[in-house]
Amino acid sequence: MAEPQQNQNMETFLKGIWEENPVFVMALGMCPVLAVTNSVVNALAIGLASTFVLVMSSALVSLIRKLIPKQVRIATYILIIATFVTVAEYLLQAISIEVHKALGAFISLIVVNCMILGRAEAFASKNSVGKAILDALGMGMGFTIAVLSLGIVREVLGNGTFIGISVFGPNFEPWVIMVLPGGAFFVLGGWLLLFNWLKERKEEGKPALWTLIFSRLSKRN
Amino acid sequence: MSNTNQNEAAPQAEQASSLQMVSSMGGIGFAAGILIVLTFQFTLPIITINKARVLEQSIFQVLPGATQKTAYVLDASGEFVHPEGEGEKLFKYYAGYNANGELVGVAMEAAGQGFQETLKLLYGYSPDKECIIGIKVLESKETPGLGDKIEKDPIFLKNFVALDVSLADDRQTMRNPILLVKPGEKTEEWQIDAITGATISSRAVANILRISSAKHAPIIIKNLELLKSN
Repeated sequence: MAEPQQNQNMETFLKGIWEENPVFVMALGMCPVLAVTNSVVNALAIGLASTFVLVMSSALVSLIRKLIPKQVRIATYILIIATFVTVAEYLLQAISIEVHKALGAFISLIVVNCMILGRAEAFASKNSVGKAILDALGMGMGFTIAVLSLGIVREVLGNGTFIGISVFGPNFEPWVIMVLPGGAFFVLGGWLLLFNWLKERKEEGKPALWTLIFSRLSKRN
Repeated sequence: MSNTNQNEAAPQAEQASSLQMVSSMGGIGFAAGILIVLTFQFTLPIITINKARVLEQSIFQVLPGATQKTAYVLDASGEFVHPEGEGEKLFKYYAGYNANGELVGVAMEAAGQGFQETLKLLYGYSPDKECIIGIKVLESKETPGLGDKIEKDPIFLKNFVALDVSLADDRQTMRNPILLVKPGEKTEEWQIDAITGATISSRAVANILRISSAKHAPIIIKNLELLKSN
């Protein structure tokens, strides 16, 4: 590794947010992404709860990676993840019982979010604790950003509000489909389209979109 | 078992022994258990306070018009008394009164088997109308998007604006037990329209209310004078 240590750590952290975003690139953990992103608060809560579970279980998996016999590793990872999910559930109940109720069964279902087991198996079990935590933080933030970007679009269009505050005024007719399950697929599809288009532009060697916008704007001025 | 034995017999240097596997899983299971118990102990008092606050808000929601409440429990002789220190675990009747001090109704908790886990409700009972005048789901793990409609579906919730639970002439049993009917087929005051796609959750609500109201409505009617005198 010729690269300085600092850069490598930064890359470990950043790849989860953009290059290997668990939702938009790897399409992992679709169940909570589609189901509980009907409002910004729910999306944020599920994102943060998943991040908490991901970071804690990645750290622990990495810590004991040399003690676990290979044959029982998956069972052990699931046990660790399930433990932290239970912990997260109690903590969330203590923080806000309303949010806990809104998320309902989805908190328990973090156990089966394949993003978490995927990171434990693919990264944490092969890397040092520090790196595993960085990777988990990056992936968790990438996941949170992804669910938030769905949650914001769906709440603003489907309910006319942003975190409960009216955006378009009383005359706005909400697009009810957006808060229903169907809307989740539309919005996710829209985001995937955007990201894949951006990626394609990059591969074709065209300038990135924001440089284009920026140059247009500066020309106009 | 035979598979495990065969694997162990295979000549592989890195093969872990059964003891190693069992001890590592057991060790982690033990540590996980301790962690969960510690979290539970730490969060229990906060969660209890949160739940009490939600319950208090819910009581006024299921008793429209009520502004004050008083909790009652049944003592050994079947009389309503105010709960004391030990009354924590007894079944509570929350009598709600409006601004003029008149009895609006009595809120009660009721629980039963839902689609996947225990479903816990709070419902308001009006002894004057002999009706259920409001319900609120306190705890549920019903399927998101289907079963959880019992909390949100406005057509379903309309069933509980005035659901008839009047007593028969003997003042002990229900005149007409609450009945779940197919969506849109409600014709009588004591029937509940089910939700399409959430029949089991709808039935759970109907069952919980039927059993609980049949048990508690006669008790409330019997002690009505005491409740009204506040």
